[in-house]
Amino acid sequence: MSSVDLPADELTAEAERVLRICTACMYCDGLCPVFPAIDNTHQFKLSDLNYLANLCHNCKGCWYACQYTPPHPFAVNLPATLAAVRQRSYRDYLWPRWLGRAFRSPAVGIAATVGFVVLATLAIVLMCTPPAALFGADDREGAFYRVVPWSIMAGAAGASLLWAMACIALATVRFWRDIAPDVPKRAMLRAVAPALRDIVTLRHLGGGGPGCNDVGERTSQQRRWAHHVMVAGFAGTVLSTATAAIYHHALGVAAPYPLTSLPVLLGLVGGVAMLAGIGGLLGLEFRADKEPSDPREVRLNVAFLVLLALVTLSGVAVLALRGTAAMGLLLTGHLGLVFGFFLVLPFSKAVHAPFRAAALLRAAAEKAAARPRGKPDRG
Amino acid sequence: MQSTWDVVVIGGGLAGLCAAIAARRGGASVRLLESAPPAFRGGNARHARNFRIVHDAPTPHVPDSYHASEFIDELDRVTAGERDPALAERLAGESETIAPWLMTNGVHLQDPAVGIVPYSRRTVFPLGGGKAMINALYATASDLGVTISADSEVGTLRQAADGCWRVSLAADSPGGSTLEARSVVVCAGGAGADPDWLRSHYGDTADGFMVRGTAYANGRVLTDLISAGARTVGDPTVCHMVAVDARGPRFDGGIATRITAIPHGIVVDGSGARIDATGAGAEPTHYARWGPRIAACVDQTAYLILDADGLQRAAPQAFPPIVGTTIADLAAALGLDPAALAHSTGAFNAALAAGARPIATAPFAAYPMRPGVTFVHYGVAVDQHMRVIWTDGRRNDNLFAAGMIMAANVIGRGYLAGLGLTLAAVFGRLAGEEAARHVVG
Ligand SMILES: Cc1cc2nc3c(=O)[nH]c(=O)nc-3n(C[C@H](O)[C@H](O)[C@H](O)COP(=O)(O)OP(=O)(O)OC[C@H]3O[C@@H](n4cnc5c(N)ncnc54)[C@H](O)[C@@H]3O)c2cc1C
Ligand code: HEM
Ligand code: SF4
Ligand code: SF4
Repeated sequence: MSSVDLPADELTAEAERVLRICTACMYCDGLCPVFPAIDNTHQFKLSDLNYLANLCHNCKGCWYACQYTPPHPFAVNLPATLAAVRQRSYRDYLWPRWLGRAFRSPAVGIAATVGFVVLATLAIVLMCTPPAALFGADDREGAFYRVVPWSIMAGAAGASLLWAMACIALATVRFWRDIAPDVPKRAMLRAVAPALRDIVTLRHLGGGGPGCNDVGERTSQQRRWAHHVMVAGFAGTVLSTATAAIYHHALGVAAPYPLTSLPVLLGLVGGVAMLAGIGGLLGLEFRADKEPSDPREVRLNVAFLVLLALVTLSGVAVLALRGTAAMGLLLTGHLGLVFGFFLVLPFSKAVHAPFRAAALLRAAAEKAAARPRGKPDRG
Repeated sequence: MQSTWDVVVIGGGLAGLCAAIAARRGGASVRLLESAPPAFRGGNARHARNFRIVHDAPTPHVPDSYHASEFIDELDRVTAGERDPALAERLAGESETIAPWLMTNGVHLQDPAVGIVPYSRRTVFPLGGGKAMINALYATASDLGVTISADSEVGTLRQAADGCWRVSLAADSPGGSTLEARSVVVCAGGAGADPDWLRSHYGDTADGFMVRGTAYANGRVLTDLISAGARTVGDPTVCHMVAVDARGPRFDGGIATRITAIPHGIVVDGSGARIDATGAGAEPTHYARWGPRIAACVDQTAYLILDADGLQRAAPQAFPPIVGTTIADLAAALGLDPAALAHSTGAFNAALAAGARPIATAPFAAYPMRPGVTFVHYGVAVDQHMRVIWTDGRRNDNLFAAGMIMAANVIGRGYLAGLGLTLAAVFGRLAGEEAARHVVG
């Protein structure tokens, strides 16, 4: 039985069983910070398990390196076990709590919510927007807002984004409260820089140096790079929105902006980078050896990647076809996707980023607070 | 598939992989036969952590220095002279180049500043442990064009009139057949994993032994070579064994089932009486003393008894301890006589040695233990070129043995941490080079 199907307390017991074997073995200690974090641990609290599960970058190095993988009777599968605990931790810390249930079948929840929001947006726009504005070719200043008025566009996007930020922030605070290490403030401060470095560089998607076991036994840096490209592209699109807001409010120029303007260039380059990164990650996800994965995490990943791709593709399509009669419907679809995207963020893969950041901060803080190690020669 | 090979390597552990890669790099066509299925390939290197190398100066993977003379002195000390001095010297000398050679062949070594490995100037640690190293070498061997077959157990080895070897796969190996080899390197490991073999040398008590390593090092080829007239070295009734958790698997328990907590408590046998292993203190060498001591107990079982403090002082073990709120509860949980166990702990507490802590704080904890065999000091004799030596002193130019199967040539008794891998890699590489040289010239 894969660990994902286990009831909660059995999953905890399985994680404890496996981590206990790892603690006695420790051969993987150079691969990632999870192993130094369990060194000499006799008992794992639930919060420790949640911490370790989010500290794990799912590089799968310890699956291929493990001397106890099935068919060995110990049947150690640390990446899949931690992935299952990680999924459960997303659910358990989410607020409002009932929302956490959406993580049980993430793809369904995400598809249903986004689908509904897109259809609802389309329906409302079809009812409220004059056909001439919706179906006519128009690329003069303010054309977008003749399809959906600015106040509604900004209002709906703002509200759904606020909801996402609030839920994710609350979940992160709840998670951090549970895992926060008992270290002096000074150690915590000294930990910020190294933690940030590990977050930005995704150092631990490196298998301790040679790279991750992205698809199988051989290591590569593909997943790390694809993630970097996707996040850089994502940052580009966020910057594009920010500069557009400045154009709108500070400069008083309404969209659509010219192709060579900053918002359009950033959006275009960012969008293409995102699509490239997403394509890379999806490709790896499908080629990957599934044994060390948790099937629910794979579905969560794929659902989020597909959603990101749809948002990006629809945005790029609006840009490309904004001078044509298709603009109205494309824009409506894109906006629906964006609203839906924000609404589902709290029960999507998005939580992994702040949770991992929090776990990396704890690891760095504990390292900063640790005494230097003694040096017995084991020979 | 091709049925005549320049070099056939028997056994896909570390020695076999190094032999196959070296022979292939030497220009030979190479077939590697491994009896285990892919999941258990790699022999005992899967369970190994670090290996000993000579170096004159610090490198990114090992601090300070370790000289060949120190290596040889330490080997002389633990073997009490039971070793071939020339081979020992060769081992120490060539260990100096083995780490870079393995790295060229895809192995990654751990930076000692990363993780929690203890300071060691004598040894380097493959990143991710022995199995990660094995995976890298399999990938390299395959990239170089070595033809690798798993699930292929060799049954017999016979020389044909033309000097070539007929390597017959065991009848129950899938695709069982006979190959022809211009040169053969035997790297099939020791014999300690075969329960029948163990029983024939250790009696019925052997049924109570655990085998710490792979179940596939069953000595079939070793026995075949000996019956064909190979000279033996070492003593089949001497083996390295340590205390392992009795709840572990019969085979392949590896490193995690080793009981490391003995210095923090007392050991009792099945009657509840305290037992001791002479000379076993807290030094790393205490492991090898407790194995034979437990093997001498009834049912080859003993129990480590700790109190709550001792448990905290000890490193965590792979299995949770069996616990009891009182000594009597613990005895009941273990199936021991409560009065006898209480007597043993009471006597220990009443006569504490200097520095020892009493067994007094509840809850009490126990680990059931059995002896676990690491390896047997027995194998075939080889010369400086890794050629198998026959009882009459003859040797063939095209039959080599390397690794654990010939380890007793340099380690007739005792053990040095990190020696097994070094020996397998250094002598495996050497045998592969010699085998290729014989064929390719
Ligand atoms: C638990 C444990 C921990 C250890 N830790 C260390 C350590 O930290 N450092 C260290 O240096 N050493 C360590 N050792 C010792 C080290 O693992 C061995 O010395 C080394 O791996 C021996 O390699 P080898 O290739 O000679 O033999 P083996 O590893 O025994 O390999 C023999 C191979 O031959 C195959 N084989 C057997 N018979 C046949 C046949 N008939 N046909 C085809 N194939 C066959 C087997 O499947 C196996 O893969 C440890 C050993 C154990 C058991
Ligand atoms: C704090 C910053 C971030 C960190 C530390 C981080 C870390 C990681 C890690 C370690 C993984 C691989 C393991 C896993 O699948 O869970 C991953 C996957 C993923 N991340 Fe991030 N991430 C961050 C930010 C982001 C952002 C901003 C996005 C969205 C644009 C994103 C989208 C994804 C997606 C879609 C995957 C799944 C990829 C796959 O299927 O393999 N991440 N992230
Ligand atoms: S999968 Fe990678 S990051 Fe996770 S525990 Fe294993 S080695 Fe560490
Ligand atoms: S994953 Fe396997 S090899 Fe690695 S530390 Fe855990 S038990 Fe040991």
